[in-house]
Amino acid sequence: MTDKITKTAALSRRSALKMMGLTGAAGMLAPNLLGKPAFAQTPPDAPSGRVIVGLSQEPTVLNPLMAKIEVDDGVHFALFDALFRVTPEGEIVPNLATEVPTQENGGISEDGLEWRIKLRDDVQWHDGEPFTAEDVKFTLELILNPDFRAWRTAGHALLRDITVVSDTEISWRMEEPFAPYLSFLTETFIVPKHAFDGVEDPNTAPFNSNPIGTGAFRFTRRTAGDNIELAANPDYFGEGPYLEQLVFKYIPDLTVLYTQFRSGDIDLVGRQFITPDNYAEATSLPDRVVARVSAPSVETIYLNQERPQFKELAVREALYAAIDKESIINALYYGLPENAETFMPPSSYYHHGDLPRHEFNLERARQILDDAGWVPGPDGIRQKDGVRLSFENSTTSGNHLREQVQQFMQQTFREIGVEMTISNLPAAVIWGEFWVQSQFDSVIVGITFLIGADPDVTNRFHSRAIPAQGGRGSNNSQYVNPEVDALLEEGTRTFDPEARREIYTQVQEHIRRDLPFLPLFSSAEVHGHKAGLQGVEPNANTRTESWNAASWYWA
Amino acid sequence: MLGFLLNRLWQSAVLLVIVSIIGFLVLNLIPGGPLSQFALDPGMTQDDIDRIAAQMGLDRPLLVQYFDWAWKLLQGDWGHSFRDGSPVLDVIRRHLFATLLLMGSSTAIAIGLGTWIGIRGATHRYSTFDYSATIGAMIALSIPTFWFGLVGIYVFSLRLGWVPAGNMYTIGDQSFLNYLHHLILPSVVLALVNIAVWSRYMRSATLDVISQDFVNTARAKGVSERRVLMKHVVGNALLPMITLAGMQLPSLLSGALVTETVFTWPGMGRLFLDSLGYSDYPVVMGLLMFSAILVLLGNLIADIIVALVDPRIRLG
Repeated sequence: MTDKITKTAALSRRSALKMMGLTGAAGMLAPNLLGKPAFAQTPPDAPSGRVIVGLSQEPTVLNPLMAKIEVDDGVHFALFDALFRVTPEGEIVPNLATEVPTQENGGISEDGLEWRIKLRDDVQWHDGEPFTAEDVKFTLELILNPDFRAWRTAGHALLRDITVVSDTEISWRMEEPFAPYLSFLTETFIVPKHAFDGVEDPNTAPFNSNPIGTGAFRFTRRTAGDNIELAANPDYFGEGPYLEQLVFKYIPDLTVLYTQFRSGDIDLVGRQFITPDNYAEATSLPDRVVARVSAPSVETIYLNQERPQFKELAVREALYAAIDKESIINALYYGLPENAETFMPPSSYYHHGDLPRHEFNLERARQILDDAGWVPGPDGIRQKDGVRLSFENSTTSGNHLREQVQQFMQQTFREIGVEMTISNLPAAVIWGEFWVQSQFDSVIVGITFLIGADPDVTNRFHSRAIPAQGGRGSNNSQYVNPEVDALLEEGTRTFDPEARREIYTQVQEHIRRDLPFLPLFSSAEVHGHKAGLQGVEPNANTRTESWNAASWYWA
Repeated sequence: MLGFLLNRLWQSAVLLVIVSIIGFLVLNLIPGGPLSQFALDPGMTQDDIDRIAAQMGLDRPLLVQYFDWAWKLLQGDWGHSFRDGSPVLDVIRRHLFATLLLMGSSTAIAIGLGTWIGIRGATHRYSTFDYSATIGAMIALSIPTFWFGLVGIYVFSLRLGWVPAGNMYTIGDQSFLNYLHHLILPSVVLALVNIAVWSRYMRSATLDVISQDFVNTARAKGVSERRVLMKHVVGNALLPMITLAGMQLPSLLSGALVTETVFTWPGMGRLFLDSLGYSDYPVVMGLLMFSAILVLLGNLIADIIVALVDPRIRLG
């Protein structure tokens, strides 16, 4: 019900803006048709008002190229621009570039190696300096500077011969064809070269605490431990900003975050959003828009494929059939998340919707294990060739919902003769060596598999991406399937979205069959903002709720 | 006196070194570390994480890291936060103001009210007031601050709308009155427990004094009851309380974690917890050294004052 409300609001805002581009009258009419007063749909002529976004983690770095966490992105999207942006529908659109390079328009060569990007000529940095191709070159080189604490370098590391063709054109060559790079560039914010003139150590540059961007908002000040204040950039080249001030406020506790949303101290609840237990109450609050939004992260049970208990597909299938997903989703998560069969989020263009659907069936689970020769031992626990079907399950201690999921699983597994013991670890411990070097039996973990909107998952499922076996990547379940390897390699070399969809459909089918992890559900977030705030639109292809703050305005 | 001072300073220095070594070891022995927060980032490869660790010098042997840190500290360089890159002393300074404000006002409330309740309880022993104060103190001591804070927010902010639901100030309005308005609820909630403790101490200290001979003598001389109470009883009963107040000094600066969290108050307690959560070693070490120095300094000053005031105590 409630998510419909935001969707209509978002659509009507977009359609209103589009229509107003055609004729003023149509723009005034369209919202009326949707039963909304016309004035509510028109952004103000001059920036006005303030929005306070509440975040449950404190943003860390202001330099958008440094190693950062999710909550930093909202600030970076407001202050900076990338060459491209990605829409909620997953479409990549120009931002600082004037067009998205493709093999058809010649921006990317036929072999996928030569890239040529045309840039806008009407963009200024917040300090008045013009934005040019030199800034793009500097940004890409800074990421590759071995002394700089850069965030992700995947993709960038393939760059060769970055050349400034003119102020508005840049080109480079790639070491190998790598289609996901376009998507990576939507998360690569461009920083000004001149801000680093004469700076010896880019890690401690003055820019890092007083950032200069091209974005819709300028940096005002940061109050450590409390908030970051931004002000409208009246010279912004794109749509907006319509707000005079944008503030990111750190509220360290999720209950308090919700309380301050209720009390009106914050205008919009940012990450980690409204907790599921408050969902029902939140929807009944007056003057608030509360919506269920599907998130890119998938809740999974990772099974370490190198453990003798999990080597056999039959065991993984039986365990999957013995998880009472529906009860978990409804009883523990207030029915908010959706069932998932794949790592690809439902919002993705590449999502495979016709995978075999999970069915909770203990009888079938027992049958599978019986057929595979796992017979109950004297203690009732099944065994085969000296291996007891007993394993540990771990997750972050203190995560109460996951602890209850563990108890659900423990019970139903017990009924099919499988023993699961619970051994939870603090966040800093579990996500260190224990996870990276695959020292676990099984782990409950929420994972965002995609980088941006790109469907590439080489990092997660390629056999060369297993750190425990000396590989590079995050294949922590130690999944090995040569067919998947080949498909993934083909996928990164292919630029045509239709052809890629075919490839990743097959990847999803393989993963669903092999079950390197048991998918529980696609996570859902409960977003909320004051009813008067227009233009808020979730975008599962970014990591932040504030990706389009430039378009927000008060009705 | 000089010999005593030098001796104490020398002892303090040794203690600080020991504290820093233990702190550094414990911090680094916790698995995970500052880069584990990137482990689930889909775009961060192990290579990225290893590279950043090397850039931050985290791949060096612990001993080298410790001496590097200690050597810089001796030169006055407290290092930079892993989280946002600001100098550690800046980070501490920015949170210190918030904590001093909150702790200062709540301590003032606690001492003022606690003293009054304690004295009145002692002079009107076994009265209704005394009983209610005792029961009230028991309740205040047994209710968790977290719960009390949330109830306070629910009643006085959400229901009645008298005070804000947290934060140190309204963004955009940093006037004195605005700070004061935001200060009321958290400082009262935080003061509650201290009022209870303080009033109990004050009550028994007053009772101790009130039954002494010199009080009876004063009464016998015909001194008015008011004067007996103010001059003879309270004056003497407050003496042990000064030690108690001194013991609370370090907590003034270390902050109140729970209250700061419930009321989103950007103070030292939260800084410590957040820094631990991010494994922000330089800030955690900085806070550790900062509070260790404060405690040592506080003790030193207390010793000196006691020695100066009380001729029975000799230094040396």
